[in-house]
Amino acid sequence: MRIACCHCGTRGNEEFTYLGDATLRRPGQSFEPTPAAATTLPVCSASPSPPSPPGEVGKSTPQATDAEVLKWHDYVYLRANPAGPHRELWQHTGGCRAWLVVTRDTKSHEITAIEPARDVALSRVDAAHG
Amino acid sequence: MDDATTQPGASPIPIAAGSERLAIGGLLDRSRMLAFTFDGHSYQGHPGDTLASALLANGVRLIGRSFKYHRPRGILTAGSEEPNALVELRTGARREPNTRATVAELYAGLSARSQNRWPSLRYDLRSLNAVFGPALAAGFYYKTFMWPVSFWEKLYEPLIRRAAGLGRGSGMPDPDTYEKAHLHCDILVVGSGPAGLMAALAAGRAGARVVLAEEDFRLGGRLLSDHRILGDRVSSDWAAGIEAELASMPDVRILRRTSVAGTYDHGTYAALERVSDHVAVPMPHQPRQRLWRIVAKRCVLAAGAIERPLVFANNDRPGIMMAGAVRSYINRFAVLPGKRAVVFATNDDAARTIDDLAHHGADVLAVVDSRPGPHAPVAVAAKSANALMITGGAVTKALGSSDLHAVEIRGADGQSSWLECDLLCVSGGWSPSVHLASHLGGRPRWSESLAAFEPGGLPPGMTVAGAANGQFGLADALEAGARFGLAAAADCGFSGHAVEQPAVDAESLAQGSFSSLRGARGKAFLDFQNDVTVADVELAYREGFRAAEHMKRYTTLGMATDQGKTANVNGLALMAELTARTIPETGTTTFRPPFQPIAIGALSGHHRGKEFRPVRLPPTHHWAKSQGAVFVETGQWLRAQWYPRPSEADWLASVNREVRTIRAAVGVCDVSTLGRIDVQGPDAAALLDRLYTNTISTLAVGRARYGLMLREDGFVMDDGTISRLGEHRYYVTTTTANAAKVLQHMELCQQWLWPDLDVQLQSVTEHWAQLCVAGPNSRDVLQQVVDAPRDISNAAFPHLSAAAITVLGGIPGRLFRISYSGELAFEIAVPAGYADLLVRRIMEAGRTFGITPFGTEALGVMRIEKGHVAGNEISGQTTARDLGLGRMLSAKKDFIGRVLSQRQALMTTGRPSLVGLKPLDRGARLRAGAHLIAEGADPVAANDQGYVTSVAFSPTLGHWIGLGLLADGPSRRGERCRAWDPVRNGDTLVEVCDPVFHDPAGERLHV
Repeated sequence: MRIACCHCGTRGNEEFTYLGDATLRRPGQSFEPTPAAATTLPVCSASPSPPSPPGEVGKSTPQATDAEVLKWHDYVYLRANPAGPHRELWQHTGGCRAWLVVTRDTKSHEITAIEPARDVALSRVDAAHG
Repeated sequence: MDDATTQPGASPIPIAAGSERLAIGGLLDRSRMLAFTFDGHSYQGHPGDTLASALLANGVRLIGRSFKYHRPRGILTAGSEEPNALVELRTGARREPNTRATVAELYAGLSARSQNRWPSLRYDLRSLNAVFGPALAAGFYYKTFMWPVSFWEKLYEPLIRRAAGLGRGSGMPDPDTYEKAHLHCDILVVGSGPAGLMAALAAGRAGARVVLAEEDFRLGGRLLSDHRILGDRVSSDWAAGIEAELASMPDVRILRRTSVAGTYDHGTYAALERVSDHVAVPMPHQPRQRLWRIVAKRCVLAAGAIERPLVFANNDRPGIMMAGAVRSYINRFAVLPGKRAVVFATNDDAARTIDDLAHHGADVLAVVDSRPGPHAPVAVAAKSANALMITGGAVTKALGSSDLHAVEIRGADGQSSWLECDLLCVSGGWSPSVHLASHLGGRPRWSESLAAFEPGGLPPGMTVAGAANGQFGLADALEAGARFGLAAAADCGFSGHAVEQPAVDAESLAQGSFSSLRGARGKAFLDFQNDVTVADVELAYREGFRAAEHMKRYTTLGMATDQGKTANVNGLALMAELTARTIPETGTTTFRPPFQPIAIGALSGHHRGKEFRPVRLPPTHHWAKSQGAVFVETGQWLRAQWYPRPSEADWLASVNREVRTIRAAVGVCDVSTLGRIDVQGPDAAALLDRLYTNTISTLAVGRARYGLMLREDGFVMDDGTISRLGEHRYYVTTTTANAAKVLQHMELCQQWLWPDLDVQLQSVTEHWAQLCVAGPNSRDVLQQVVDAPRDISNAAFPHLSAAAITVLGGIPGRLFRISYSGELAFEIAVPAGYADLLVRRIMEAGRTFGITPFGTEALGVMRIEKGHVAGNEISGQTTARDLGLGRMLSAKKDFIGRVLSQRQALMTTGRPSLVGLKPLDRGARLRAGAHLIAEGADPVAANDQGYVTSVAFSPTLGHWIGLGLLADGPSRRGERCRAWDPVRNGDTLVEVCDPVFHDPAGERLHV
């Protein structure tokens, strides 16, 4: 394949590293307003609180809820396997090291769009704040 | 005449003498003779010959034995599609099996041997396989050798492999080199026949950058094989004229002896250039072969067509050749392959073969045209050759063993008669060479009028011209080539003029449809190389393997090294006939690269031996070498493992001495292999807080901290130190193994997850050399290296301090008071070019303290003594809690991996967790990898409670120690376990203890 890096021009795919689906949204992406917000996470009440290993201060670690864990489970493990156009993350590791959002047809390998991942992500941040 | 009447072992007589070479003609340099040998006999040929043409010129027609039945085989074709004439070329380490004699260019001293025969080509004993042939029919392996299972590996497979198979590899390292290269162009033209030459000419004249790839050593394709007239020139002269013009164009590159092997995405093509295959030994500094990766905006595929054999009993006898190939041998190589010829064809193209045979003095006895009714060109040719013309008939059987003696001809009236002959030219029509057009998944289309598959669903940017597109006529091919070449140039932004078309002599292209293939008596071959017969496909049909892909796998049709180039369409046609379907309904096999076999050597290029995975050298490598270090490959790096002294008996003595010296005095070690990343920007702290489980933003300027990173799934990813060098500047380290991965992860976070953070990352691993100076005297040594007025006393520069400094009189450097060994220790960084100077100065400064250089072994011993986790423990399957690092999971902030690290299964007790281990018998040795089992329990999987991850002999404690992951480990200190190691017969009772064996209070760090 040939990938047109937004900064370096068209290069062979051996210069790039593949990561995967660029449509996934990391849950709990917002770190606003302060780091202390994490401590207000509700303690999971449905499952018994697991004992902390001895000698550790894990007791004060905020507990994730089941719903939260499920959301994260999907984000980390679940992947669609589309036959057709797919937005995916590639990094130009052998070049400028920019992460790119590449829209590629998984059947034909036709690439229809390549955008800097940073720009895509920033427009998302702007949209969220707007 | 029969082979069987001559005794095996009789004195070797050349198989044939006397030249079959025509007195004039051919594209040969008759002024030079090339001596070569085949099976030990000496022959002569000319430059311009292939091995096949030179053998035929010397009357050698028996070339090898077939794969399964060991049937005698000769030369079928004159091109790269050859299934039969496979030889072992060259000798010694250069011996190369399964080389097609039809593409092996003759050179002086060439040595070839026939394959797959024992004891000799003429008297092959395994040809008895043919007598017992029914036992070897399709599906034979599956049915016969199924039971008992254990017999397969021990008995059947070795036997079959010895009896079947093709040539032998040399078994020695290849003495030649191979290389890989890239080529970029506007237009790639594949093939230099009439269409390819015109395409290259039109595009080249328009000014495009053109690469013309031709698998042959001479440009021209069929223009060399057929005696045609273009304008006022003979076809081969015309081709030479075009070649001369192409060669004069600076932007046209001609790659001869270059086979385009595969079409890949986005205009990428693989091509194999046989740079030195036509000489005995490559010229100095020349590779044997070169694998090109060609990137082209447009491609004109002009790969020509492949003639199909006809199917009848014993259609594999030497002396039966493709009609088009016979013309190649006559016109290009000036060899008459037989004197008494019969032509059997389904098309008008065969008329040219009749003409050429007759014109060059062969006696054309009969012409058999399978089509009913008279067909003018063939009938006219037969008449002028004075040959018997049989229309609507067929050759039904060939007679002869290692040579053709006679053919059985059945007329349209059903009457059969025998005709003695020594050459049978066959033509079942031509199949466009659609391979490269189909590699991206485009299915070829069946054309009823051509009775062949033509390209369908072309790869983007590719057009197909000439015979490859079913344009079998010369005028059509020339016109299409010129037109597509011009169009491709226009697509690339070059405008040119239409190329004038030469007038060509008259031609007729009519061809018949498939005649019936079923029910042939005896062995009627479809796939010559894999010995697949009509009966095999009929068996596959009866047993239900009727889909094209099933038939292929059941019969192995099309699965040999020629990938069924001459076999596939006939096989499909037969199955279509059996199932009463059309050929397109029956399907086609999938075409995959490579178009022809590529040696693994060419695919690996220079990446052989040490170049397969080059090592990185730490900046003090040459100094370490001068100190007599023993090196070890760790990941990508070549690192000093220990520094032996002459008095030391073994590695353990050296390592023990290094550890004792560090614990008592001082040592120095290059730790530049650690990944280092410079993190700068107002939001650097915010990014690091999210990346690491512990809080980094609270770190004061000039201080360092240990940090732990999780993956999003909650497992530990990596650890390292973070030093704050300024308000907005951090210097972080990663483990050696994960340096690249962690940088990539951080870049993803920076660019994708949190693009609004104002922070920049730069790998500085190769910029800074970093030396670890460890031991109670380390400060005394460094005081002599660090420039005044920097104060590195314990008060001014306590444990976990970090600073930008200068050393050795102004060299910029960085100093960190961090310790892996558990002793008072520093890491000092200088630009990599100063590393050699720095280590020598440190050694000088340390001489009075007895300083020792130390390697990775001592480093490992000391980290185990201190209970620090490393790659063996951070295995990707351990959590922070498993490693006793639960306290590093901040409760006050979010971080990557936080939520999933709290999954219930990861929080429960009972997970294997980090412990220290001591053998009860202090003299016993521990082994990493040993399983931990409760004392007295049986060593079975159900009782497995964990395993030993790292072990070392501790010179500090005087016995072996280990780290391990043990179920509920931390609560079991003081218990005893069995460390059971079935691989090395280890069974040792161990005591579970705290993982920190040495200075658990950490007092030695703070002196």
